[in-house]
Amino acid sequence: MMKKTAHMSLFLASALILSYIESLIPFYFGIPGVKLGLANLAVLFALYRYGWREALLLNLMRILLAGFLFGNLFTIIYSLAGAIISFSVMCLLKQPDSFSILGVSIAGGVSHNIGQILVAYFVTKTAGVAFYLPVLLIAGIITGLLIGLAAREVLKYWNVRHDWL
Amino acid sequence: MKIKRNDIYLILAVLAIALLFFCWQRYNGKKTTENARVIVEREGKAIGDYPLCTKEQLIFTDDYGKKNVLTIQDGQAFIEEADCPDKLCVKHKPISRNGESIICLPHKLAIRIVGGEEEEVDVILR
Repeated sequence: MMKKTAHMSLFLASALILSYIESLIPFYFGIPGVKLGLANLAVLFALYRYGWREALLLNLMRILLAGFLFGNLFTIIYSLAGAIISFSVMCLLKQPDSFSILGVSIAGGVSHNIGQILVAYFVTKTAGVAFYLPVLLIAGIITGLLIGLAAREVLKYWNVRHDWL
Repeated sequence: MKIKRNDIYLILAVLAIALLFFCWQRYNGKKTTENARVIVEREGKAIGDYPLCTKEQLIFTDDYGKKNVLTIQDGQAFIEEADCPDKLCVKHKPISRNGESIICLPHKLAIRIVGGEEEEVDVILR
């Protein structure tokens, strides 16, 4: 129990650092909403290492903390909507014999971007936001794949030698 | 944890949807003509409507005094200046095709290109 608490706080700290690194990278492709989603690496990891409850807690905490640290209320609401959708999709797809961690991560990236478009629609009430959909879908595949590959490697390494922790 | 068959299907399905949307937009985008218009909306309510083929600079101010400066010239529209926190609308490339839009989320402002559909009819036969 103590070990788990320690690990969870370690993951939260890494998620926050990843959010910070992401806010430092000027990652802009001319389309709003495209980003790497580095912090999702920690969430994905917690989802596979523990389960959906722990991952959800981690996700909510890192959005609130990262929002207060590097953003504002507006960015919190914005990323919360994307995170809730992508997290639900990832939990649903994470079944033993359906998708690998790569597929789950890609589905998370894509659904996160769909969530962002939905928020943009509700804020502006303009159907024109759907214009970004193709680019955001493809961006979701690419970023999801990258994060999935990274999470897979981390999990592999963790299973080999986490005894020192 | 190797990549599974389902993962490939998922990627292909999303790619297909993206491609479909993209083609549909290209098809619609071709219809932009001389009488295309620039529609400006705030929270879904139209607050401005201008022809795309003029040269104009417009300032939109919301209830809190927040500004977006819209420039229309050379058949294109873009946000030249804004005091929103993220400046995504200023960085956005100029728009000219039917259906293209610039969104400024912090100011709830949307700039949209519409029109040209009337030009579809070449001749009316009686």
